[in-house]
Amino acid sequence: MDLNWHVFLEPAPSGGGATYLDWTIAGLKITVMLSMASWVIALLWGSVMGVFRTMPNRVLYGIATVYVEVFRNIPLLVQLFIWYFVMPELVPPALGNWYKQLDPVTAMFLASTLCLGFFTGARICEQVRAGIESLSKGQKAAGLALGFSLRQTYNYVLLPMAFRIIVPPLASEMVNLVKNSAVASTIGLLELAAMGRQLVDYTARAYESFTAITLLYIALNLIILGFMSWVELKARVPGFISGGGR
Amino acid sequence: MYDFDWSPIPRAIPFLWAGMKVTLQITVVAMLVGIGLGTVIAIMRLSKNRVVSALSAGYVNLFRAVPLIMVLLWFFLIVPSLIVRIFNLPRTANVQVTSAMVAFSLFQAAYYAEIIRAGIQSVKAGQIGAALALGMSYGQAMRLVVLPQAFRNMTPLLLTQTIILFQDTSLVYVSAVRDFFGAANIVGTRDGRIVELILFAGAVYFVICFVLSTLVKRWQDRLKVAA
Repeated sequence: MDLNWHVFLEPAPSGGGATYLDWTIAGLKITVMLSMASWVIALLWGSVMGVFRTMPNRVLYGIATVYVEVFRNIPLLVQLFIWYFVMPELVPPALGNWYKQLDPVTAMFLASTLCLGFFTGARICEQVRAGIESLSKGQKAAGLALGFSLRQTYNYVLLPMAFRIIVPPLASEMVNLVKNSAVASTIGLLELAAMGRQLVDYTARAYESFTAITLLYIALNLIILGFMSWVELKARVPGFISGGGR
Repeated sequence: MYDFDWSPIPRAIPFLWAGMKVTLQITVVAMLVGIGLGTVIAIMRLSKNRVVSALSAGYVNLFRAVPLIMVLLWFFLIVPSLIVRIFNLPRTANVQVTSAMVAFSLFQAAYYAEIIRAGIQSVKAGQIGAALALGMSYGQAMRLVVLPQAFRNMTPLLLTQTIILFQDTSLVYVSAVRDFFGAANIVGTRDGRIVELILFAGAVYFVICFVLSTLVKRWQDRLKVAA
């Protein structure tokens, strides 16, 4: 088997002097953008749900529990198809029609972002809950005893501690999110994995294409893990050895 | 409001069941091979020999860094032609399901291995010392003393990982293998009822996974009490 790495420098049929390398970078950009946008949703929504999971209020606890169970027990691929094919039919017609008239790439990106965001949110919810529950009960009691409202106790006492403790599991969720984003290729979004298949179709160089894409995913992983271990170092709580568990 | 029509589903049950059988086959094979291989990798990881342990760490880290879809694409690219060549099959032989089984087995082995390693490490070091003092070889100590205790502790985690595997098999969508979700998708497209079929598939996955994970959770709680 002889490999030909120069294939990446050959001009791609999209014109404008673009090479296959430019295609690869375009795919990488979409993967990074998709992961970042989903991460914002996942972190915000997951944190709110995670707090609900520790609340004395039964209704809020119930909502968060149903959310976690539903989103953890349906395959990611099926969830993506629900966001992309099913939701536009079930939402009010005005919203559905607006979505169907979006340009296809935007529509696919939007569905993938929501899907990955809420899927990852369910996992972050459990991490946040574990982080809060790992704190000693005295913390909450002390906050309330000092005259804080429940909201203030969460904002000033529990959450600042919990988030610092759960940095390591959050890092692995971030890595998972980037890997999971490859599922967006199934609805046609040209992110990194889909770009890999397109490169094979156009260049007939399967080994070179897949190797490059695989290495890029590994590189993304290493960058995230490096960045998060720096965050972990900065956020470490003196006196706490391990994370909030999983 | 959307007009639901669920009538295509009862008619398609035999077709969907055929897909579910493929899903179950891939899951069971990948679970058995994955746990077997994962055990070997975990023991290698704990070896005192640096080369052996580095090989095992490299395997685990590589598979855990790459999206499952990429792994599947690699295997559908390489494995079919390899199997056809090794077993001297006709070029037209359908080895897609076998390729999927190989891919899932090797991929899951990396995840199982990490669980099993943690399980082995959770067994007290004195147990191995005692076994060696009784005159057992290292292999005997592992097989007869450490692994039975380790597996007992980690069975819930291995089962949870298997539920994830069951969900992940839907990703064979990227190939021509027709699993449960693939079958549902085909019926939905054919009858113009994609909305109903996707929702139905989601509901089936949810019921199976929710029931299994609830049972696993209960088992885990019982182990905790016993410990």
